Amino acid sequence: MAMTIGEKIIARAAGVDEVKPGQIHTVNVDYLMSNDGTTHLTIDMYNNKLKNPKIADKDKLVFIMDHNVPAENPKTAAAHKKMRDFAKANDIKLYEGKGVCHQIMVEEFVKAGQFIMGADSHTCSYGALGAFGTGIGCTDFLYAMVTGTSWVMVPETIRFNLKGKLREGVYPRDLILTIIGDVGANGCNYKIMEFAGEGAHNLSISDRFVLCNLAVEAGAKTGIVEPDEKVVEYCKNAGRDAGDLFVSDEDAVFEKVYEYDLDKIEPVVARPDFVDDVIPLSQVGDVKIDQAFVGSCNNGRIEDLRVSAQLLKGKKVHPDVRFLIAPASNNVFLQALDEGLIDIFLESGVMVMNSNCSVCWGSCQGVIGEGEVLISTATRNFKGRAGHKNSKIYLGSAATVTASAIAGKIVNAEVIYG
Amino acid sequence: MGHTLIEKIIMRNTGMESVTPGNIVDVNVDRVMIHDIFIPFVKDKFEEMGFKKLWDEDKVVLIYDHLVPTSAVEDVRHFKIGDEFVKKYGVKHFHKADGICHQLMPQMGYAKPGNIVFGTDSHTTTYGCVGCFSSGVGYTEMAAILGTGQMWVRVPETIKIVINGQLPANVMSKDIILRIIGDLRSDGATYKVLEFSGSTVDAMSVSSRMTMSNMAIEAGAKAALFAPDEKTCEYSKVEMKDVEWLKADADATYCHVMEYDAKDFVPSVACPSQVDNIKAVNEVEGTKLDQVFIGSCTNGRLEDIKVTADILRGKKVAPYVKLIVTPASRSIYKEAVDAGYIKDLVSAGAIVTQPGCGLCCGRACGILTDGERVLATNNRNFLGRMGTSKVEIFLGSPATAAASAITGEITVPGEVKLQ
Amino acid sequence: MDKFNGRVWVLGDDIDTDIIIPTEYLALKTVDDMKKYAFSPLRPELAGQIKDGDIIVAGKNFGCGSSREQAPEIIKHLNVKCVIAKSFARIFFRNSINNGLLLIENDSLYDDIKNDEGANIEVTINEKISYNGKDYPIHALPDNLCEIINAGGLVAAMKKRNGITD
Repeated sequence: MAMTIGEKIIARAAGVDEVKPGQIHTVNVDYLMSNDGTTHLTIDMYNNKLKNPKIADKDKLVFIMDHNVPAENPKTAAAHKKMRDFAKANDIKLYEGKGVCHQIMVEEFVKAGQFIMGADSHTCSYGALGAFGTGIGCTDFLYAMVTGTSWVMVPETIRFNLKGKLREGVYPRDLILTIIGDVGANGCNYKIMEFAGEGAHNLSISDRFVLCNLAVEAGAKTGIVEPDEKVVEYCKNAGRDAGDLFVSDEDAVFEKVYEYDLDKIEPVVARPDFVDDVIPLSQVGDVKIDQAFVGSCNNGRIEDLRVSAQLLKGKKVHPDVRFLIAPASNNVFLQALDEGLIDIFLESGVMVMNSNCSVCWGSCQGVIGEGEVLISTATRNFKGRAGHKNSKIYLGSAATVTASAIAGKIVNAEVIYG
Repeated sequence: MGHTLIEKIIMRNTGMESVTPGNIVDVNVDRVMIHDIFIPFVKDKFEEMGFKKLWDEDKVVLIYDHLVPTSAVEDVRHFKIGDEFVKKYGVKHFHKADGICHQLMPQMGYAKPGNIVFGTDSHTTTYGCVGCFSSGVGYTEMAAILGTGQMWVRVPETIKIVINGQLPANVMSKDIILRIIGDLRSDGATYKVLEFSGSTVDAMSVSSRMTMSNMAIEAGAKAALFAPDEKTCEYSKVEMKDVEWLKADADATYCHVMEYDAKDFVPSVACPSQVDNIKAVNEVEGTKLDQVFIGSCTNGRLEDIKVTADILRGKKVAPYVKLIVTPASRSIYKEAVDAGYIKDLVSAGAIVTQPGCGLCCGRACGILTDGERVLATNNRNFLGRMGTSKVEIFLGSPATAAASAITGEITVPGEVKLQ
Repeated sequence: MDKFNGRVWVLGDDIDTDIIIPTEYLALKTVDDMKKYAFSPLRPELAGQIKDGDIIVAGKNFGCGSSREQAPEIIKHLNVKCVIAKSFARIFFRNSINNGLLLIENDSLYDDIKNDEGANIEVTINEKISYNGKDYPIHALPDNLCEIINAGGLVAAMKKRNGITD
């Protein structure tokens, strides 16, 4: 029977020949990722709710501190200490201050065809390499941690056929926001968003990361880009094999098929307070900003930093704007140092942050105040996400954010290039 | 009768022919510094006092550093009030994310040799590194200065500290000032001025002197002065002939003289939880650490980052130990990037943060919790300064801190040559 | 001569400004919001126990550390009548005078009061402290400081200078 990419990955993880949407299967999890947002809660449950608990396979566990790094108060410091002590005692891989969890997972671990669970909603990012990544809560995580398995209901797949190429000045962020605007915040609820077609293959791994990362903002269980040679090359450069490159069978059943012509995508922004409230950048009007942010698992990679640096070179951040840039990982940071990008940022007045979730998490760095307006490459613009409950967040591409930081109001990067 | 450095500065400032310790005089203030934590209070008091304008817009510097980046919703309120104050009263010098106030004041030339400068921060003593009489005041006092341009001071006694000879390898000016604070105790210089001289301080960079002036307040000092020399002139962009008057007379009167031979200094640490609880590093060697912090107005300068990078290059921070490096200013960060030090640090596993006060002021950038222990290069190890009151804070030099980050325990700095 | 008495709370040497009010509470809007955290690193319960008119007695170098004026302001807002210590740090001293908080230096009282279990003392301003049948002489404040205190603090002195009447 024909299957989609997601169905094939679940079948592999479940050790069965085929799966169908709606079935419930027990799967072996290839990796379990947990960050400092909730790991301390999982550890509390592990220690207090279970009798003689044991970790099924410590090699599958990856603990990453990225949300509040370095700690900004004794409470987060205590959560970190619990996580660090537990990792040390149980010999679990621990990353502290090395970058955003999803970036590290993709850089270090993820292979095509793997089934990965993470205690973070944006775990869906791993589809950039053709893996099935999905977010879970602490209780599910705890179960998987002690059993090495989890259960999954096979979702239907919604296919996005992409053709053509994004025009210059248009970014994958604009594409995925456009899609979310079209389908709505629950338009892919509990579905797999599968991106395929020559348009998808034209996208770099970093571009694919952007698409899959925001899949959850359309309600999807995961997002997967049909893996190809670019995945093989990425994994080879990272020093690992690429895994199993599953593609959907020709007669696979999709719940829905959308067609997108990348050449027709325009720069857009998501307005406060919903990711699916998407409008063309040209219609945003006169919106003054107080803060700008480039970073996060969505847009903190070298490609994004290059776009920012190109716009900032020889220019200054607007005096009324606080502009924070956080590389998504130390590898990105080192690359940016080598390319002279950090130099440009410092010269132009940007606040260069250590690699971490930063403003996207909104509780540690660059917290915004009452009535303030932020434009950001973060993953979400929910009410109060970046600080005060009466603040506003617009989401856009690194180009739009950087141009706006220079102008002091939301503008298209073309305005800065002149 | 001869005069000390501080007496000379006060005489020059007031036009008085002679002053003696104990005199109460009104001085004309050359520059003031206000930072983000206190600007809301300064503004309130200034307006409550009934002032309508600043005595001199060009002499006022507002610097955001304690709350950069913001880590709480209320932090932004300080920026809003500061921004308004700048616009309303025409403050000429304003830095929103350029680094720590005490770094920027001498670096940007706001505090120059012979000046009298007050700031709303106790470590305002730092500018004594260029022969500037600078001291910390509260926000009410600052509000009065903003309106009048004047402040009363009691002419302080001076403690003369003479250090001669060459420092042993791996000993930094931080080790010297820690030892001196240990000898003076936390109140040994209360309402007095420290005046440093001798071949050891002559050989020091302005940055190294800055570390010593910065920490003088930890012995209670009102100021800590170095007479300007060629290095000072280059740093502060002044002519030697214009500052030649700024030296102590041979027959000046000191309340106390302390003499040190540079070869007797050893890498030292202040142990929890007083700055005057000084021990040689080798006495506490092997003490396990959870975190190491290199930065602050005491030791976040290029030479400190260089020492750190030289020690860490090609090595890794110990597992489960966090090394946080916070450059003191944007320009220092940039210089450290250009020199390749930041690459060395990040490659070794350090967390390099945005320039600012960072962990030193206890508001972000590496706060700790019960049972944790940190070795830091900043100026205070008071109870609760970096998190809960059950955090142990050791203070040491960047060399000691960097060596300790590699081993994960307090370590005497070894191989590295410091110059 | 002005005279008052009050219950005593005894603190140690080097009571620094981070103990009087930790940095993390400095961004709170008002001194009244902050005052419940006074002395919290050392004695978190103390701020709630201090009653109007109580007196703080401490060892050397009280108020050392930062220039934060919230330190004396908070003590003032807790309605502490005065602080008696072996010595005071310089900035704290100025800030206290500017806020009209009375500080008294005395070398031996602290050594004689072993703990603060119900101790009570009497202060005769500019003259002496009486405790447990013994008198402890105190110095009068310099004139220029008396002027600021008599004016009601530095804000009041400047208001007078600027011709503002309440």
